[in-house]
Amino acid sequence: MKNRHILSVLVEDHPGVLNRVVSLMRRRSFNIDSITVGHSEQPGVSRMTIVVIGQDEEVEQAGKQLYKLMEVLKVIDVTPLNCVAHELALIKVAAKSQTRSEILQIAQIYNARVVDASPTTLLIEATGPETQVDGLLTMLKAFGIRELVRTGPVAMMRGSTTVGVKDSSRPEREMAVASNGTTAHVN
Amino acid sequence: MTATGTAARETPEVKTVSNRPLTEKPVLTGSEIVCRALEDEGVDTVFGYPGGAVIPLYDSLPGAGFHHVLVRFEQWAALAAEGYARATGRPGVCLVTSGPGATNLVTGLADAMLDSVPIVAITGQVIQPLIGRDAFQEVDITGITLPVTKHNYLVNRIQDLAPTIKEAFHLATTGRPGPVLIDIPKTLFLQKHEYAYPESVYRRGYQPTSVPNMRQVRLAASAITKARKPLIMAGHGIMLSGATDLFRQFVEKTGIPVAHTLLGLGTFPESHPLGLGLMGMHGHKHVNDALDECDLLINIGARFDDRATGQVSGFAQNAFVVHVDIDPAEIGKNVRTDVPVVGDAREVLKLLVPEVPAGQHDDWVAWIDSRRDRVLDEALEERPAWPEPYTIIKTIAEATKGEAIVTTDVGQHQMWAAQHFGFDHPDRWITSGGLGTMGFGLPSAVGAKIGRPDLEVWAVVGDGGFQMSSNELATAVQENLDINIAVINNGYLGMVRQWQDLFHAKNYSEVKIGAPNFEKLAEAYGITGITVRSDAEIRPAIERARAIPGPVLIDFVIEPEANVWPIVPPGAANSGLLHQQRFEG
Repeated sequence: MKNRHILSVLVEDHPGVLNRVVSLMRRRSFNIDSITVGHSEQPGVSRMTIVVIGQDEEVEQAGKQLYKLMEVLKVIDVTPLNCVAHELALIKVAAKSQTRSEILQIAQIYNARVVDASPTTLLIEATGPETQVDGLLTMLKAFGIRELVRTGPVAMMRGSTTVGVKDSSRPEREMAVASNGTTAHVN
Repeated sequence: MTATGTAARETPEVKTVSNRPLTEKPVLTGSEIVCRALEDEGVDTVFGYPGGAVIPLYDSLPGAGFHHVLVRFEQWAALAAEGYARATGRPGVCLVTSGPGATNLVTGLADAMLDSVPIVAITGQVIQPLIGRDAFQEVDITGITLPVTKHNYLVNRIQDLAPTIKEAFHLATTGRPGPVLIDIPKTLFLQKHEYAYPESVYRRGYQPTSVPNMRQVRLAASAITKARKPLIMAGHGIMLSGATDLFRQFVEKTGIPVAHTLLGLGTFPESHPLGLGLMGMHGHKHVNDALDECDLLINIGARFDDRATGQVSGFAQNAFVVHVDIDPAEIGKNVRTDVPVVGDAREVLKLLVPEVPAGQHDDWVAWIDSRRDRVLDEALEERPAWPEPYTIIKTIAEATKGEAIVTTDVGQHQMWAAQHFGFDHPDRWITSGGLGTMGFGLPSAVGAKIGRPDLEVWAVVGDGGFQMSSNELATAVQENLDINIAVINNGYLGMVRQWQDLFHAKNYSEVKIGAPNFEKLAEAYGITGITVRSDAEIRPAIERARAIPGPVLIDFVIEPEANVWPIVPPGAANSGLLHQQRFEG
């Protein structure tokens, strides 16, 4: 059965690293639903959040293949873990004077906020779990969505647990377990 | 006959940085830095082809501490580097220019990638201000080779040059070996920098697992203790880790028979009662029968390639599967695994041998032996009039006492060689396994002979593949290499013709291939050519070729429609292999 998996991937911040990751996923036919990249808490280390659709074994294989890239420091499938996974969406919705207040009410229900307005549109910024953004979009659809951009989720574990890699001055012996562990690559 | 084990790997003449005083930090040009770094890596041979972007580098070659072999096509530089690496266990090095020089390497890199062969490729790149401007002979070779290299680099700063070369050799040769490419802009060759070669490499994202988890080793040992019909699948990893001696100890202690993958030939002597020979699509019948029947399959250093397994759902269906591999991504990729053991084959065997009980499996081995297909042996006793391909291979093996290095192209002759040479020594069988690269035979023989001048080298090639790389005869002549070339000439692209024969109603579409007179072609290159048209001429021709120094070509004109038997039809399980019904012709 195909499931949605969220992979947190820590990579060295080198030129071309995004290309390496995406090229690998494409050539091995792994299906990327979304990907976000940005800085992490460590200088020189970027964090990618990749949403992959696939069977559990396929996603585990994707994680192992990612580890073969020199720039990849850590791969964790956070899907089964207790984590926050939020995305950001900017939605430009058609708004006339008659509909504006209704749209504002809907936005409020979804904790979204209006960041710009024009005589014919409202620009709404929404953050939260994908399902919440989906819900907001369903509600706004009737008014007419003129433009939409979504980031795909970024994810972080709740509590004090971190996925960060240790300081680069000593060898990293720890290797994270990819999702479902028949894996022996944890030594 | 005894395997010589890892002798080839134990005697490399490694020159190290310590040959020079460590305090010496001369200021050198980028070109000189490349040469000096290669010297410090102990490189003795570079296979290359000059061009615009590397002219400054070639300026520094005279006087460098290694020999440059001028190939006749850049792809042969990569394949010669592969032949060198596989014959010696040391990394092969190739060097070409930007643009078409670099793109011509791609097939060779892909070949090395699929067969896990350590090579370091250096490509020139256009000057830095022109990168990204579609300059003359500019291609994005790091982009192009991303999927076919273990790693690649575009060096942007002169101070990164020596450390990058150090790291490239480290990556190519450690963990699961593979090709690494370094793209160097012409600008850098001309700049100057203080030269200091790093003594070690550390990359936080590259920590290959060498020593296995002991718990997994014990699980494997326990499975071996319980098994009644165990079988080993021996792969290239055993050779790459230099573990053939340990592997022999393991096999002889446990008494478990060995099925060889195509690249696993030579890991354990086929002349040994426990050495079964080739498995898979053109594997021997008794080997594929053993795979079907075994209750435990111990894969050491093979990646369950589809040509070895056949249809996966029908592969070793009754077996508990132990998979030893240095690459965790290979575990469970193609075949379900019960006990994964991630580690270097040598490190795994070191720990595994003391854990397993001594054993014998006489009934099981006798059963396997009883499944041998003897049709061929019986047929060959009749000595047909034409040069029978099996006889050619066996005669080369006999004449060279099985000690020659054999390289091949891809196709029928390759399978005949794999089935019938009878490999007893490691590092003697050099063939394109994963990629199936036609033209591989001659350039890889050039590399192998240069790496191992002490060994006799035979390139067994088809008339199709040889026409792709026959221009490399010029290199063999220029280097005065004592290589013998056996062209198995059936006037067809034989393996494709065989598939058309068996699976496409004999629709021989575009497989009839003409060829020059190979004997005269050899003469044009200034070497001896011999044509063999009958069985009786086989042995004299082979002996004559062996006696003549320098390259010799023998054109064996065989029966045009000879097929390779047995064959597992594409998409079928190994148990569905087709046998020779009768002796053809």
